[in-house]
Amino acid sequence: MPDSHLSRRDFIKATTFFVGGAITFVLGLPAIAYLIDPALHSTGKETWVPIGKLDQIPVGVPFPFSFTQVQVNGWERTSTSHGGFVVRKSDNPKDLIILNSRCTHLGCTVNWKSEANAFVCPCHDAKFDANGKVLAGPPPRPLDRYTNTRVADDGTLEILFAES
Amino acid sequence: MWKKIFDWLDERLGLNDLYKNLLDRPEPKGMWWNTLGSASLFLFILQGVTGIFLTVYYTPSPDHAYDSINYIMQGVAFGWLIRGIHHWGATLMVIVVFIHMLRVFVTASFKYPREMTWLIGVGLFLLTLGMGFTGYLLPYDQKSFWATTVGTQIAGSVPFIGGFILKVLRGGSDISALTLQRFFAAHIWMLPAALAGLIGVHLYLIIKHGESHYPSKDE
Repeated sequence: MPDSHLSRRDFIKATTFFVGGAITFVLGLPAIAYLIDPALHSTGKETWVPIGKLDQIPVGVPFPFSFTQVQVNGWERTSTSHGGFVVRKSDNPKDLIILNSRCTHLGCTVNWKSEANAFVCPCHDAKFDANGKVLAGPPPRPLDRYTNTRVADDGTLEILFAES
Repeated sequence: MWKKIFDWLDERLGLNDLYKNLLDRPEPKGMWWNTLGSASLFLFILQGVTGIFLTVYYTPSPDHAYDSINYIMQGVAFGWLIRGIHHWGATLMVIVVFIHMLRVFVTASFKYPREMTWLIGVGLFLLTLGMGFTGYLLPYDQKSFWATTVGTQIAGSVPFIGGFILKVLRGGSDISALTLQRFFAAHIWMLPAALAGLIGVHLYLIIKHGESHYPSKDE
């Protein structure tokens, strides 16, 4: 009959093995979570940015707006400025386009010049018409548009802004 | 199958010899006080591992050191655990290393042929204190800023060369970005490298000489 008595030495060995394993387990799994944590956070958050009361935005004249978005990466906060123009064609709340004021050439901010009847970029004198179409200059494509818009219950025009 | 693999490895790496000489070496009939050296080693490794993990998010710059630690505590999964272990482990390590030293002194284990083991051990204790001192500044909050102000001023009170020592410690006459950066470098590179090297020699000497018997009443 084999000796089933557990020797002091084997007991210590087993205890060391067990406690060591427990420590590795209790520390190891959180350590993995700690390392991969930033990858588990969802990015590209979407927020509705209010632009202004729709009934105060004039019809026919491009209405400038701007807003600032703060992006948080860990302990670093980066705020970026964005701007654009609301172009209302008629009183119909749906009949409008919202243009991004960032020039599609090199990213300067375009301004509406009523005497030229165009958006003019200060950097290379590019011109866009009220719909954002390129009239003159180097830009490769029309002005970008904010396409996701809605009018809130209190009459505020809002655009959907998605973090990159 | 496993035995075959183990035997193959053992033949080439000498695993059984290692085990016999490192873990199965004869010990005098001991007390729990004799385990404090191993406890110190364990804490050193634990501090090393958690410290390495902390550097994943920590930034040693005056602008962001505090924010990055705040982020570790609030934002990162189990960041509080990793930093908590490092924080309390540091205190525990100073205590354990000190009691270990006290035990060696009280049992007169520093005598021939173990004088070098003792001297290196003193170096290890001082390095451990250095780790505590440099690590204390890294959160860069009010407490650590003023603790370092006082600590470096004490070093600056040495006659004749005190002012020079203070400037070397701070990287200039004020506590600044340079202070934080050099304390960080000392904390994660220089002191741990010195500790690891001396621990290696310390362990070699312990294995070479074996642990000392406690003196009996007749001796």
